[in-house]
Amino acid sequence: MFLCCVNELLLSCGLFTNESSVLSLLSLQNLSTALLRDINLTIGAGECLCLSGASGCGKSTLLRAIADLDPHQGEIFLDEVEHNSVTPQQWRQWVGLLTAESVWWFDTLRPHFPVVEAKWFAALGLGVEVLEWPVSRLSSGERQRLALLRLLCHKPRALLLDEPTANLDSENSERIEALILRYSQEYGAPLLWISHSPEQISRIADRHCRVVDGGLQELRP
Amino acid sequence: MNIITLDWIDITIASGLVIALAVLSFYQRLALEKQILIAGVRTIIQLLLVGMVLKALFSDVRLSWVVLMATVMLLVAGYEVMARQKRRLRGLWGYGIGTVSMFITSFTVTLFALLVIIGNEPWYQPQYAIPLLGMMLGNTMNGIAISLDRLMSGAWQQRTMIEGRLMLGQSWQEAIGDVRRDALRAGMIPTINGMATVGIVSLPGMMTGQILSGTVPVEAVKYQILIMFMISAGAGFGAVIALQLGAKRLFDERQRLRLERLQSAD
Repeated sequence: MFLCCVNELLLSCGLFTNESSVLSLLSLQNLSTALLRDINLTIGAGECLCLSGASGCGKSTLLRAIADLDPHQGEIFLDEVEHNSVTPQQWRQWVGLLTAESVWWFDTLRPHFPVVEAKWFAALGLGVEVLEWPVSRLSSGERQRLALLRLLCHKPRALLLDEPTANLDSENSERIEALILRYSQEYGAPLLWISHSPEQISRIADRHCRVVDGGLQELRP
Repeated sequence: MNIITLDWIDITIASGLVIALAVLSFYQRLALEKQILIAGVRTIIQLLLVGMVLKALFSDVRLSWVVLMATVMLLVAGYEVMARQKRRLRGLWGYGIGTVSMFITSFTVTLFALLVIIGNEPWYQPQYAIPLLGMMLGNTMNGIAISLDRLMSGAWQQRTMIEGRLMLGQSWQEAIGDVRRDALRAGMIPTINGMATVGIVSLPGMMTGQILSGTVPVEAVKYQILIMFMISAGAGFGAVIALQLGAKRLFDERQRLRLERLQSAD
């Protein structure tokens, strides 16, 4: 009920278009990576789960495993669909991973974007004219914001975010938080968000887990 | 017209040139003199040996001997391709991919030339088959070695880019496409340049050899054109096959980039 209200609100604001509002559920069953063992976790549609822990404890490799970039054991479901039952391309389109370091392979930005949602650009304080710029002209903060926009324009059904606001000023951090949360609400996308900032976690998280000794420990918010 | 034969004194005089180079290396402290002398000695021994082998092959024309000789040439060329890659695939793949691609293109193109174009009796006449295959392997080897080396080091250097593309839902072919195209270009450019400058800048060894031994230049030229086309096709298609096999091996069944399949550079 709450979700529906938020959706209507957002639609009335005109920020999102009402296509494919499929609610998705991301669930991990006995997932093991090189650093983590037997992770069981379910993130609901539109739910934001923050992940924190010492650097090198396996947070990023967990996201890589969920996006099926690293070999792993265990099962990963998006709704009822196990990741091995769809092609890896399809899976990675569904489960969008945003890494700290963004890569661009065309000279200008536009060819990187399958579609352009101008409102999302505006929400991050960017005009669509940046799409004609050469990638080399962008600052690192612009690259970071554009990498998020590129990922969202691929319309992932779940988002895996590896410190999306690292090294950004507070204004841009909050814009990014707001856009991601709205996207998550509109598309019913579960969020798995690595963050080191307690303030940020208290702002955005529905749930919070710490990585301790190769496992997850859920903290009460 | 008969060829003027070289006697051993002529060879000794010619070896003075290489010795002079080694002396220069010694005084310039290039530390290459040992390599120069060993390579020079290898040239003498290997060519003398192959001369004797060819003599035996020509006097006793049998398909099995030709096949044996061709196999040895292929295996050595395969080793050379592997040794020239800075980062190569671990295990048998490092050797196998180059060797298989060379086998497919060199042997196909050579067989094609022997059967369809030259068409002598028997088709495996070693006087034609062995030198043609040798030239094919030598050039295909270069093309494949350059391509594979570029592919592997390119994948290593650009792994963030490749994985970034995978993350957005691209297939492994798309994700490694740029690296692969660069590698193919690098592998094909030497033979294309070779076709473009032949006759103006360089007079190929085979043609020179035929002319020296008294063949009419136009006949030697026709053979050289045949060789150039065979070499270009062999090196180009060989590189395409090697890159397809090599690139595929860099990914697993779930299209993950698996760089641990590469050996670390020494």
